[in-house]
Amino acid sequence: MSLKDWFAKRKKKQLNVALVESKISGDDLSKLWDKCYNCNTQLPKKDLEKNMFVCPKCDYHFRIGAKTRIFQLFDEGSFQEIDCNIYPSNPLEFVDTMCYKKRQDEARTKSKLNEAVITGIGKINNWEVAAAVMDFAYMGGSMGSVVGEKVTRLIEDGIKRRIPIIAITSSGGARMQESCLSLMQMAKTSCAIARANEEGVLYITVLTEPTFGGVTASFGTLGDIIIAEQGARIGFAGRRVIEQTIRQKLPADFQTAEYLLKYGQVDMVSKRKDLKEMLERLIRIHSGALKQGANK
Amino acid sequence: MKILTPLEFEKSIYQIEDKIEELKNLSEETGIDLDNQIKTLVEQAQDYKEQLYSNLSPSQKLQIARHSKRPTFLDYVSMITTDWVEMHGDRAGTDDRAIMGGIAIIENQPVMLIGTQKGKTTKENLEYNFGMPQPEGYRKALRLFNHANRFNLPIITLIDTPGAYPGIKAEQTGQGIAIAVNLCEMAKLETPLITVILGEGCSGGALGLAVANRVYMLEHALYTVISPEGCASILWRSADMACIAAESLKITSDDLLRLGIIDGVIKEPLGGAHYDWEMTANNLKQQILESIKELSKMSGNEIKTDKYDKFRKMGVFVER
Repeated sequence: MSLKDWFAKRKKKQLNVALVESKISGDDLSKLWDKCYNCNTQLPKKDLEKNMFVCPKCDYHFRIGAKTRIFQLFDEGSFQEIDCNIYPSNPLEFVDTMCYKKRQDEARTKSKLNEAVITGIGKINNWEVAAAVMDFAYMGGSMGSVVGEKVTRLIEDGIKRRIPIIAITSSGGARMQESCLSLMQMAKTSCAIARANEEGVLYITVLTEPTFGGVTASFGTLGDIIIAEQGARIGFAGRRVIEQTIRQKLPADFQTAEYLLKYGQVDMVSKRKDLKEMLERLIRIHSGALKQGANK
Repeated sequence: MKILTPLEFEKSIYQIEDKIEELKNLSEETGIDLDNQIKTLVEQAQDYKEQLYSNLSPSQKLQIARHSKRPTFLDYVSMITTDWVEMHGDRAGTDDRAIMGGIAIIENQPVMLIGTQKGKTTKENLEYNFGMPQPEGYRKALRLFNHANRFNLPIITLIDTPGAYPGIKAEQTGQGIAIAVNLCEMAKLETPLITVILGEGCSGGALGLAVANRVYMLEHALYTVISPEGCASILWRSADMACIAAESLKITSDDLLRLGIIDGVIKEPLGGAHYDWEMTANNLKQQILESIKELSKMSGNEIKTDKYDKFRKMGVFVER
């Protein structure tokens, strides 16, 4: 199934659920229940939330937004957002079937975010880290000038403070509406990571559902350690593009976190519930080296 | 001029030139003096050509950039260098033919040359995979970057690619990672790196060789985040809208110079590089030598800082 079909099917399923439920009662039940996309179990939203948006029946990891991720990963109240005053503009006056400006407005309303990434300083079991957390709900998590700038500033900040830097990705790739300016964000973020490498500052990336294109081919996979979240789809080219190019059906597990682990592209696959503990452990093991670097 | 297959928008020029040819033949056969008429026609044809080629739409430029007779990486290598020694392989099992590299001399200046290679015939295209590199190609390039860095050779990358290859094996061996690592490692190089986009410069596949101190484009080349066809099929859900996508994406050398993404445009002969290989190659060579001269004054650290500052500035956003 192509990514597009998958989305279409998912949307249709959601609509159907909403429709059926509204017939049963007058209440807006879809606000209280969610259906697992994998095993079709009806799950009370409260239970799902308590289980970190992972299906208790089949362990399917639902896609989550940046704010939920921050809530799950950082010590309570420790996350301080930075650079939240950076907004996208429309440098190329790009118009496809809709004006880029209008797309931005829609994305902001839909995702309740200013852009596709939230950056800030937070604590993971008392270890201070600089973190960038992407959100697919804002224009498919695509990287334009704002994402590039915020991630770069965060990396520079992490180097200055000599604290580990963590990037949690969820992105369809570079943002077409900013064309070559988006492409250059790949170079910009990678140059910043080159500095982190040279300064011996630990950089960890967590690839989550889904991570593709320009983010995979830049800061997403430049982690000293790369973690893929269970079940996430991760790749460079999209499934449909590959199918069209090679004119073959692709295996079902193609471009999943587990597939990448098998082919040696990531260090590990982590369940969502284990992620925080794993990050803490990685930071703790490297902490001696980080401190030594500070005395250089 | 006649040996070339004309592009759709060039057909009128060819018709005029055919007419001029006919008149010349007629005048020779019959002995009627038509010199004045011919001279006016030639002048008019020239004016018309200049006007046509200076007002090309992005999709017309795209056709020139992809012209089957456009010189390739290896053509330029043979025209601008002496002592070319190709260096093969990624030292890990593969020699990707879509990315080639080696050492050579350009007018007494030793350099490392790396580029993507397209073919002119079907057989060649199969060998070079239509200029679409596999991860192994990027890893070969990285090996050559590091070689050049060790021996202080300026690096020239010449790019003409529709993008990195999308395939099963490419994903298994880490196409995204190979490109990402190159972006990061290019930033660490202490030897000057100069990039010229020769034809198509599509997406991460092009950028994977282009985190350079100076980036130039040939006049009719294009540089874009995604091919206009790919963009059209995603945003308009129809590949037929590629013309409009090409306009919207701002892919021409003039647009990119204006946006500050490239440092300069290298002139091509009227109608495109394929009309006069030597002239294009000479312009290319002059630009490369000039940039090497400028950059070789910098120390290794200055080279790194220069590159960092260049890309650090890129991006347009509002801060309030």
